Amino acid sequence: MNDNGALTKRIVKESARLLQEPVPGISASPDEHNARYFKVVIDGPGESPYEGGKFKVELFLPDEYPMAPPKVRFMTKLYHPNIDKLGRICLDILKEKWSPALQIRTVLLSIQALLSAPNPDDFLDADVAEKWKADEKGAKAIARDWTQKYAHEH
Amino acid sequence: MADDDQFDIDTDSEIDDDDENEESDDDTGFFPIDEPVVYSSQSSTTTSSAAAQIPKQTKGTSEQSGNKYSTSINASNNHPQDNNFEYVVLSQDDIVKYMVECIKEVNEVIKLPSTTVRLLLHHFRWDKEKLMERFYDPNHQDELFRQAHIVNPFKRPHLQTQISSSSHRSTRRQISSSSLSPSSASITTTTTTNPLRPLTEQTCLICCSTKPINDMAGLECGHTFCIICWQQYLTYKIMHEGIGQTIPCPAKCDILVDDRTVLRLIEDSDVRRKYQHLITNSFVECNRNMRWCPGTNCTNAIKAPYCDVAMVTCTTCKTSFCFQCGQNWHEPIKCKWLKKWQKKCHDDSETSNWIAANTKECPKCHATIEKNGGCNHLICKNQSCKYEFCWVCLGAWEPHGSSWYNCNRFNEDDAKKARDEQDRSRSALQRYLHYYKRYHNHHESLRLENKLLEQVQKRMESMQQQMSWIEVQFLQIACDVLRQCRQTLMYTYPFAFYLKRNNHSIIFEQNQADLEHSTEELSGYLERDFSQTNASLTEMKQKVQDKYRYCSTRRKVLLDHVAEGYECDYWEYNEGF
Ligand SMILES: [Zn+2]
Ligand SMILES: [Zn+2]
Ligand SMILES: [Zn+2]
Ligand SMILES: [Zn+2]
Ligand SMILES: [Zn+2]
Ligand SMILES: [Zn+2]
Repeated sequence: MNDNGALTKRIVKESARLLQEPVPGISASPDEHNARYFKVVIDGPGESPYEGGKFKVELFLPDEYPMAPPKVRFMTKLYHPNIDKLGRICLDILKEKWSPALQIRTVLLSIQALLSAPNPDDFLDADVAEKWKADEKGAKAIARDWTQKYAHEH
Repeated sequence: MADDDQFDIDTDSEIDDDDENEESDDDTGFFPIDEPVVYSSQSSTTTSSAAAQIPKQTKGTSEQSGNKYSTSINASNNHPQDNNFEYVVLSQDDIVKYMVECIKEVNEVIKLPSTTVRLLLHHFRWDKEKLMERFYDPNHQDELFRQAHIVNPFKRPHLQTQISSSSHRSTRRQISSSSLSPSSASITTTTTTNPLRPLTEQTCLICCSTKPINDMAGLECGHTFCIICWQQYLTYKIMHEGIGQTIPCPAKCDILVDDRTVLRLIEDSDVRRKYQHLITNSFVECNRNMRWCPGTNCTNAIKAPYCDVAMVTCTTCKTSFCFQCGQNWHEPIKCKWLKKWQKKCHDDSETSNWIAANTKECPKCHATIEKNGGCNHLICKNQSCKYEFCWVCLGAWEPHGSSWYNCNRFNEDDAKKARDEQDRSRSALQRYLHYYKRYHNHHESLRLENKLLEQVQKRMESMQQQMSWIEVQFLQIACDVLRQCRQTLMYTYPFAFYLKRNNHSIIFEQNQADLEHSTEELSGYLERDFSQTNASLTEMKQKVQDKYRYCSTRRKVLLDHVAEGYECDYWEYNEGF
C-alpha cells in the first residue's frame, strides 16, 4: 500500500494533535527526519510500581498504517509480565484487535493503562508472569526496584 | 464416477425463477461476484449449461482412454473398495452455487437477507439444523445475533446507512454525525458541516479527508468511511491477513462486513478472487461431505452424499484422493495410520537423518552430542553436565588415559549395558529410517515421473509418423500404470512400518518386493529413448505392454491381499511406534 496524500494527511493531523493537546503523562514527538517515527516518554502511572519513572518508548508507523498497527517498543528496561526483555509489548490492539479507527493517541493510552494494570494471564514474559501470579507483592517490589534503577534520569 | 444427473441439485432452475420474483437486487449477497454464471434473471440458461458440463467432462475423460487398453486399467483401478461411491466434482463457480443453495434453503424459512444468512450459517459452521433451532428460540434471538456479530435485523436503529458506492442504485440515507457514536477508542473527529448547509460532505475517520457524501460508505452499524479507505482496509484484511468471513467494521464496533458490501467495494480482480476463495474455503472445510482436491494449484472440490473411505478423482487435474481424509489416495494404508506416519515424519524430519549418522547421547544427561572429528574423548556440551566420556565405550574418560587404545572397559558389563541402551533407541531409529527412505524415494519418483509424462507425450507425437494415434496410446497407459504403482508402493512402506510381523506380513512383503521390482523396470523402459535402441518400435511396444500389464496384475494382487487382510483381521499393529 503506497503512502498516498490522504494517509499522510492523517499522520500530519495526528502528530499535530499530539503536540497541541498532549495526553497527560505522555509526551510524543515525531523524529525530525522521519515523520513516521515517534519518540515517546510515558510517565509511570501513580499508585503503580512504575510511579516516578520515565519510560522511553519508540513508535513507528509502517507504510500500511493505519490499516496495519503502529510498531511500538519500550526502550527503557522494565519489569512487567506483558513486556519482554526486548521491550516488545503484548497488547491485543497492537495485533489482531487493531482497527484503523484507532490512533497513536489511543495506543499510547492503552500502554499507559497496561502499566497501571498488568495482566499476568496474557503474558509475554513467562518468568515475570509466574512471579507476578505467585507473589504479587514481591513482583511489584522488583518492578519498583527496576523503575528506580532504569527509569530515572541520573 | 457419476455420469448421471443426480447432482443437479446445484442448478435447480426453479430457484432462479422465484428468486427473480421475490428478491430485489439488494439481496443478491455473495452470488453476483463473477459475471454471468449467476443468480440473476438471465441466469437460468447459463446455469443449466454449466450443469451439463459436469457429466460432459467425465465423458471426455473416459473417451480419451476409451480404447482397447482401458479395460485393463480400469480393472486395476477399480478396487472393490471404490465401487459405488458416487460423487461430483465442483469448480469454484459450482461451489459458490452450492453454497448459495444452502443459504437459499435457510432463507426460505427465516426470510432474512442472504448475506445475513451466510454470516449466521458461518457462525454455525454451516449446520442448518443448529441455526434453525437457535433462531426460533425467542429468548435467545438477540444473543444469537450478538454472538454472530450481526446487527439484529428485527431491532434496527432508526437511522441506518446503506453501503453507498457510486455504482449502487438504491437510495442512500444520510446519517447525522451523532449517530456515529464514537466509542471511547475510536477517533473523535467530527463531521465538518455547516449547520446552515445540508450535509453534503463528511470527514473520513480513517484518512481524515473531507469528502462528498457520495464517496462515503458504511454498514448498518452506522460507521462510515470513504470508499478509498474501505478498499484499502478490505484489501489489507483479505490479502495480508487472509480474513474473509470475519472482517469487522473498521470502527472496531464488532459488526462483520457482509459479502455484498465487500464485493461492491472491491474492484481489483485478484482481491475479489482471493475473497471468493476465502469464503468458499470456510464453506468447504466446514462441510463434512465436501473435500478440496489436493492437486497442486487445483481449486476444485468434491462433494459426495456421505463421508467414507473411497477413492475420488478430480476431473480437472486427475488427482486421486481419499474422500475420508482428503489426502492423496493412499491404499493400502488406512487414514488413521497414514496420519500417524505423517506426523512422525514431520516431527522427525530435521533431526533423524543427521542424528542417525553423526551423534550419540551423553551417557549421563542424554543430551545429543555431535561427533567432532576423529577424537574419541568427548565432553558433553550441556553446560550443566560437561561429562567427559569415551565415544567408543561410552564410559567415563578418566580411566582411559592418554589414548583411546587404553579403552579397557570395552567389554565390561556396564559398558555393554550403556551401549545396548543406545542401540535400542538407535535400532528403532534405523527401522524407521528404513521405511522412511523407501517411502520418500517413491514420493520423489512420483514427482519426477510427472515430468516424464510430458516427455512421453512428446515422444508419442513423433512416433505418430510411423504409427497411428491409437497405436501409440500404450505409452500413455504405461505412464498411468506407473503412477498408480508408485503411489501404491509409496504407501506400502508406512503400512509395513506399523505392521507386526506374522505370516501374512511376510506374504505382503513379498508382494511389495515383486511390485517394486517390476515398477522399477517399467520406469526404466519409459525413461529410455526408443530411437536410441536397436529394437524396433513394435518390439519395444510389446515389451512395454507386457511390463505394464504385469505391474497392474502385481498391484492388484498386493491390494487384494491387503483388503482380504482387513476383512479377515490378518493385520496386527505396532501401536507403540
Ligand atoms: Zn478515508
Ligand atoms: Zn461499525
Ligand atoms: Zn483437482
Ligand atoms: Zn484417507
Ligand atoms: Zn551430559
Ligand atoms: Zn573407552
